[in-house]
Amino acid sequence: MHNKTLVELSQQLASGALSSVELTQHFLDRIKLLDPQLNSFISTTDELALAQAKIADELRAAGSAGPLTGIPIAHKDIFCTKGVKTTAGSKMLDNFISPYDATVVEKLNAAGTITLGKTNMDEFAMGSSNETSFYGAVKNPWNTDYVPGGSSGGSAACVAARLAPAATGTDTGGSIRQPASLCGITGLKPTYGSISRWGMIAFASSLDQAGPMTQTAEDAALMMNAMSGFDSKDSTSINKEAPDYTSELNNSLEGLKVGLPKEFFKEGLDSGVQQVIETAIKDIEKLGATVKEISLSTTDLAVPAYYVIAPAEASSNLSRFDGVRYGYRCDNPANLEDLYKRSRGEGFGEEVQRRILIGAYALSAGFYDAYYIKAQKIRRLIKNDFDKAFADVDVIMGPTAPSAGFALGEKADDPISMYLSDIYTIAVNLAGLPAMSVPAGFTAGLPVGLQMIGSHFSEPRLLNIAHQFQQATDWHKKTPDAFTK
Amino acid sequence: MALDKSEVEKIAHLARIAINEDKIPEYASSLSSILGLVEQMQSTNTDDIEPMAHPLDATQRLRDDAVTESNQRDAYQKIAPATEDGLYLVPKVID
Amino acid sequence: MAWETVIGLEIHVQLSTQSKIFSGSATTFGAEPNTQASLVDLGMPGVLPVLNEDAIKKAITFGVAIDAKINQKSVFARKNYFYPDLPKGYQISQLDLPIVDIGHLDIALEDGTVKRIGVTRAHLEEDAGKSLHEDYHGMTGIDLNRAGTPLLEIVSEPDMRSAEEAIAYVKSVHALIQYLDISDGNMAEGSMRCDINISMRPKGQEEYGTRTETKNVNSFRFIEKAIRGEVIRQIDELEAGNKINQETRLYDSAKDETRSMRSKEEANDYRYFPDPDLLPVITTDEYIQNLRDNLPELPDQKIERFQKEYELKEYDARVLAASKQLADYFETVVATSGAKAKLAANWVTSELLGALNKAGKGIQDSPVSAELLGGMLKRIADNTISGKAGKIVFEGLLNGEGSADEIIKAKDLIQETDTGAIEALVDEVIANNPAQVEQFLAAEKDKRKKLIGFFVGQIMKASKGKANPQQVNQLLGQKLK
Repeated sequence: MHNKTLVELSQQLASGALSSVELTQHFLDRIKLLDPQLNSFISTTDELALAQAKIADELRAAGSAGPLTGIPIAHKDIFCTKGVKTTAGSKMLDNFISPYDATVVEKLNAAGTITLGKTNMDEFAMGSSNETSFYGAVKNPWNTDYVPGGSSGGSAACVAARLAPAATGTDTGGSIRQPASLCGITGLKPTYGSISRWGMIAFASSLDQAGPMTQTAEDAALMMNAMSGFDSKDSTSINKEAPDYTSELNNSLEGLKVGLPKEFFKEGLDSGVQQVIETAIKDIEKLGATVKEISLSTTDLAVPAYYVIAPAEASSNLSRFDGVRYGYRCDNPANLEDLYKRSRGEGFGEEVQRRILIGAYALSAGFYDAYYIKAQKIRRLIKNDFDKAFADVDVIMGPTAPSAGFALGEKADDPISMYLSDIYTIAVNLAGLPAMSVPAGFTAGLPVGLQMIGSHFSEPRLLNIAHQFQQATDWHKKTPDAFTK
Repeated sequence: MALDKSEVEKIAHLARIAINEDKIPEYASSLSSILGLVEQMQSTNTDDIEPMAHPLDATQRLRDDAVTESNQRDAYQKIAPATEDGLYLVPKVID
Repeated sequence: MAWETVIGLEIHVQLSTQSKIFSGSATTFGAEPNTQASLVDLGMPGVLPVLNEDAIKKAITFGVAIDAKINQKSVFARKNYFYPDLPKGYQISQLDLPIVDIGHLDIALEDGTVKRIGVTRAHLEEDAGKSLHEDYHGMTGIDLNRAGTPLLEIVSEPDMRSAEEAIAYVKSVHALIQYLDISDGNMAEGSMRCDINISMRPKGQEEYGTRTETKNVNSFRFIEKAIRGEVIRQIDELEAGNKINQETRLYDSAKDETRSMRSKEEANDYRYFPDPDLLPVITTDEYIQNLRDNLPELPDQKIERFQKEYELKEYDARVLAASKQLADYFETVVATSGAKAKLAANWVTSELLGALNKAGKGIQDSPVSAELLGGMLKRIADNTISGKAGKIVFEGLLNGEGSADEIIKAKDLIQETDTGAIEALVDEVIANNPAQVEQFLAAEKDKRKKLIGFFVGQIMKASKGKANPQQVNQLLGQKLK
């Protein structure tokens, strides 16, 4: 039953062919059996899950079940879960039992989902390989010598290995789309402000956005219906009614105008990936779309601007981890300064420290204008570039990542080359746009994701395109051999 | 743009992060290379461009002035490293 | 050398909202430690701020009252520094685009002149928690109840030239925030705190000298003392040929001196940047105009009205309007007594304020309510008691012996107005003091007025203060011929 999509499982629960307790137990057993190969979970919440599943079955018996009632899912360990350890992949929060639920968790709980556990991630979502986690690297189910991508690597790997039908993720510079691409699943980063950030441990507040990670676009639409919506606790939450994300799934793609940015297809792109993407675009064309080349001339500026803005915000967001009210505190601090410096020196890993330092530097006296303000201006140029493109096309397509992945350890000592693996995804966060990664094929045995970028609030259309593509292809149905059974 | 040892120490102090002496050269080199990447922004002319702090053109929503929180001290202090008499404890603060 | 003192003030005013500026926690003073500290106030991972409208409203109200420019696009920024009473490691404050831009406040000086003090800006920010330095096994205790209380930081131009001017300005701000009902202004509870920037320059020089900032002074008296002490210190330094260090100082009220703050030796680099969790605050013309239209009567307007409506002298009007509570007290006395406003003004400014001063109390702690005092003045106005007996009644009121009528009855103070009875007393006193009568009759007309006082005094004494002095005077006039 683990190979079924969320929508299929929902139907089975509805028909009574399956109970939520059975389904939940099945996935818990799979995690216990198979996750040691992947390390995709930081913690599992067996007791909580079975208790929730029991209630879900009762609700269904009482006739008050929705499409997600009884569906087991996994939460990225960046979402606060009341009474459950919430670590953000950091030693800093290894002892942090959250006293409250994130809005995303609350909403999914209300929709009846079951929490299987908390998934592994790059520490504080800072990374593209899941190697910066305090809890060890996650392995790619397609080849366990390879990284699953990051920072939502645990979520991507567990969905790909069918250890959970769906998972939540967050995306600050590509952290949903890039691991979705590397693990061969569907990931959606919604328009900034669509999903509440309350209870989502902040990395870079103006870029962070939660989203679903699923087998299919249709599954993602169902998850979006539960996750999104206005939240009065988040000042940046969009104050309008969320659409029904399933409403356009079955629309035709006839007349769809697709733009291919020439900057996404130049040197640096793996030829195998390029081939997969070109084939996928042809498939989209066959569905009635027209394709034209466009230019996003600011593409190369996105990574530099991002590595000012994101670390600047992070350096401030992570100041609260000081060993005073919660989290890691160093042993026997000699004085206040020692408490701060050693708690943070010992509690944060190297990549996190590196980004805090870069951010503090970019904001410090004398550099603010040259770095921070400059990056904010570039950010506007990038947004203007997208606006211009969307005046002409409905959707922008290209690769999600420049390669189909890399081996564990390959880029661990080279931050710059690691950063550049997000070159196609980062601009989307700077502009606050919605974008998806959809399985589109394989190269050298590793999956490749097709990225689709839309204008603000165009998620229903993106999901429609992805769904139609998945009706015509079966890449999203492929599972890694070791995890098929 | 290359950072030297003293600059790394200065930022590390600003960010209150203890870094082992022997790690400083490594940090200096990786931070310098990140700054090198960031420097690529400087070649683009951004005169007359308004800085963009936020991806959506939205404005701040205001909350009614109402008390909605109740005392949860016990629950919140259960996860604190050190408390006494309802206070969080830190090494002596000297003004 | 003749030195000129240059003073600028940053006044932090806690706004009297029910809930905090970015969370729904209560702001009540004096609660058990950390019982008013919510997830947001504690800076838990994943929490977010949402702005309290009342804080904006109160800030703009202050702005329109000082005729300031209101920034209709206002932005919150993070001020980053580490301190245990600052849970997030940054304070949400404002740097560029504060809610209130340049304005001014007029202050009245002792010599009767009015001086205009420029207000550079007033911005909103969150208060920090408190460090309790009692010894917890060598540790400091942190209480975050205060963290997140809305503050309006009012920054003046360096327009003041003496401690007197600075005090007059602080008192004006203090009066204004209470008039506007945007703060309780309770300085003892820290609702208003002052940072004082002081520099000296040779008289006639335009360029400012190096300034020091004395932090967190929280009473009028301490502000005055801190300024006087720091001025002397700076002059001593300068005359000894030393330079003034630009530094933050702390006023030690126990030693009555300012000293350099050791822990802030290093130059702070606050790394301000716009808070990405908050969006620009946009206020419309209508919103601001509405607050302008609904401004309560301000101190200057009240002083003018008191002179017109109650025919008070400007000095008395100023004394009474110095605080909204005193002015309200006065008007309640007038209303409940039905007495002439002048009589009420005299009683409030001399007897009541005198007694409060002696007890070191403010009007808000007056043991005699305006209604009680009014009740007594009513009895003076309707001739039930004499003014002299009034003083006895007032003592009784101060001691909490009940209402004026109860005290009058208990002490048997009802004024004697029976002409026959008074006449008998007058005759008796005249008969018993033949020498004084002779002296009186021999005196020049203009001296007689003084001498008659003796007889009045004797008669009042004999009546135990109950005789109506007017009647006594009248009868004496008739009989001493």
